[in-house]
Amino acid sequence: MRVADRIRSKLEAAFSPVRLSVIDDSERHKGHAGHRPEGETHFNVEIVSAAFAGLGRVERQRKVYAALAEELAGPVHALSVAARTPEEDRA
Amino acid sequence: MATTQTNPVFDRIKQDISQNDVVLYMKGTPVFPQCGFSAAVVQVLSQLGVKFKGVDVLTDPSLRQGVKDFSQWPTIPQLYVKGEFVGGCDIVREMYSSGELQEMLKSKGVQGGQG
Repeated sequence: MRVADRIRSKLEAAFSPVRLSVIDDSERHKGHAGHRPEGETHFNVEIVSAAFAGLGRVERQRKVYAALAEELAGPVHALSVAARTPEEDRA
Repeated sequence: MATTQTNPVFDRIKQDISQNDVVLYMKGTPVFPQCGFSAAVVQVLSQLGVKFKGVDVLTDPSLRQGVKDFSQWPTIPQLYVKGEFVGGCDIVREMYSSGELQEMLKSKGVQGGQG
């Protein structure tokens, strides 16, 4: 399974998001530290889920990192996260 | 946050963040950042005129891992203000563009931070 698909399925399982986008941003980091020729090293995640309600920014991102601990310890060098609740997303 | 008291790296981090108002754990130095995410946070702090201590984790593998364990945060950069963990690049950028970072620095009495 591609890394992007693994990220997607783990986030879906952990947060049942109403909206989720996982964008492979590796190309933009070509030649930078952590980049691999095969890509899939840098990702941008945008996730909207009720699971983030009542949590601060740090706690939200910690939860996302925790769900993806395996990927972060392995192929993923950088993960940019925007985590919002459905209410915030509508605002 | 972190409970292990006997880790010498933790002691070093605690000392750094208690003796300096603003500490940025980063890859490279404020003048020569080695990573775009670290560079982005340096840029925000510079734009706000905030004096900060940059700590290059690339010079010390035990610190590079240690600060991740200490903060329970798996990525670098990491920003501390007055001993408190603020976040990484995403959070700093978000707080900067919403004005929350400036507010927070001001309320904590950190020099600069007026943008």
